[in-house]
Amino acid sequence: MQSSKTTRIALLVYGIVVIGFLYLPLISVAFASISKARYLSFPIKQYSTKWYGTALQSDTVLELLMTSLKVAIIVTVISMIVGFFGALAFARYQWRYRTLFQKLILLPIFFPQTVLGLALLMWFNAIGIIPSWHTAVVAHLVWIAPIATLIVAIRAYSFDPALEEAARDMGASTTTIMREITLPLLMPGLVSAGLFAFLLSWGNFPLSLFTTGADSTLPEWLYAKMVSGYSPLVPTLGVMSVFGSFLIILIALCLSWMVRSIRDSRASQNL
Amino acid sequence: MERLDRKLGIFSALPLGVILLVCFLAPLLVVAAFSVMPERVFDLKHIPDFSAYSVFFQQGYYKSLFWSLGMALISTVVLFLVCWPLAFGMAKVFGKFSLVLTIAVVMSLFVSENIRLFGWVLTLMKGGLFEGYLRSITGYGFDSPLYDTPIIIFGLVYVYLPFMLFPLAQGISMVPDDARQAAADLGATRWQILRQIDLPLAAPGILVGSLLSFVLAAGAVAESKILGGQSIIVIADDIESAFTFGQNWPLGAALSMVLILIIGVFAIFGVSRIDLDAIMGRKR
Repeated sequence: MQSSKTTRIALLVYGIVVIGFLYLPLISVAFASISKARYLSFPIKQYSTKWYGTALQSDTVLELLMTSLKVAIIVTVISMIVGFFGALAFARYQWRYRTLFQKLILLPIFFPQTVLGLALLMWFNAIGIIPSWHTAVVAHLVWIAPIATLIVAIRAYSFDPALEEAARDMGASTTTIMREITLPLLMPGLVSAGLFAFLLSWGNFPLSLFTTGADSTLPEWLYAKMVSGYSPLVPTLGVMSVFGSFLIILIALCLSWMVRSIRDSRASQNL
Repeated sequence: MERLDRKLGIFSALPLGVILLVCFLAPLLVVAAFSVMPERVFDLKHIPDFSAYSVFFQQGYYKSLFWSLGMALISTVVLFLVCWPLAFGMAKVFGKFSLVLTIAVVMSLFVSENIRLFGWVLTLMKGGLFEGYLRSITGYGFDSPLYDTPIIIFGLVYVYLPFMLFPLAQGISMVPDDARQAAADLGATRWQILRQIDLPLAAPGILVGSLLSFVLAAGAVAESKILGGQSIIVIADDIESAFTFGQNWPLGAALSMVLILIIGVFAIFGVSRIDLDAIMGRKR
């Protein structure tokens, strides 16, 4: 059914308004980060980048960045491995408890994250583990590994099991099939799962809040400053964190574009 | 072949299964165990007395639970109304623009939610982006809408928009165009098409989206803290203070159990009704 031109334009405008609405607060943060005044008030009278200088020279900031980065990288690697196998169990293999497994995965995603963090804190306490950034990795994994699994599963649904069966008929072992067929076919899904895992861990706050112990991640620090007294570094670090995320997305997009173009040029040479 | 599939299935489910068993289900059992312990203990070697649950009723903690659930309900309804036209556009009208929209919405998810909420504080506060510029241009300011109930609901709508939008769009894309076309040919009005074709056929998406937003909003805390300035105490906030300022783990655990049970009923109801194979596009 063709919708009328006015409906089309109205919906399009609405879509653009929603995007604007989603990003408006970030624009405010960006403006605030280049205000020179210690106590922010719009309209901004003097612009300066001095808070960026302060932030870059600060040891606290460096430590926050390093902790966030360490957690995010480890979470990414583990999520990709777990997500790879999880997705196969989710979408590819027919086994008895598959539907149960599919539903179990969804539960942590539905769960309030603050409460999950607290539950983990009690659990660590009960088994005698002292919280540090290591335990934050575990907390992030409980939420992020299922999401990574779902993302890889979308890819796993679309591949033809006949490819694996053909390899098996020709005598390939299970590990060879995994390495030569399953892994390359799921690769695009794995890469986007890794990207999601990194970014979600990098920005996550409710799970880190109770599970990092004496360490602190960047979002945690920002929250502490927001709730108790303003620091001019809050918008600055906020912008830096957002830029970090967008930079990584950009790099990922460039890399995937490069890989594709190299593959295309090779394919055309082989013809 | 089938036997091998079964073996490989169990083997590949193992890593995630173990993580969820040890780091999700086991902690929930610990919460349950703590919730029946006597007041202010920090280990489980005590005789259970269920006192924390009676505190829940005596000291008015049910009020914050009602606030949480009420605000979650309102924000879910608002989200549905806000997202429906957009989801419809993404599924049926936009074409290439829906990819742009999807990327823009997903990217916003990667920014820590407290930075985005803080951005709203900067935008809406007295002397913020809106009020500050309005006053410097026209000379008239307005009172900041911050630190009140509606702004918390606004924050919930803002933060959980993607969780309603994407399931809805997925649901609407499952409505066959033929059915809408046929209804239109038979003289159905737009309103009739919406009520008798779109809504029932998109029901799985509506269900998933509404449950997700409701459940997440019910457990949310940052919105009421950052935008609401604690003018309203939500249940997750009470849970947090019981653990931190109160140093009363059993109370915090009991409050968590109440929230977990309510959310759990919704989540399990929703999860058991959706067919993941169909939604995620199985081709076999």
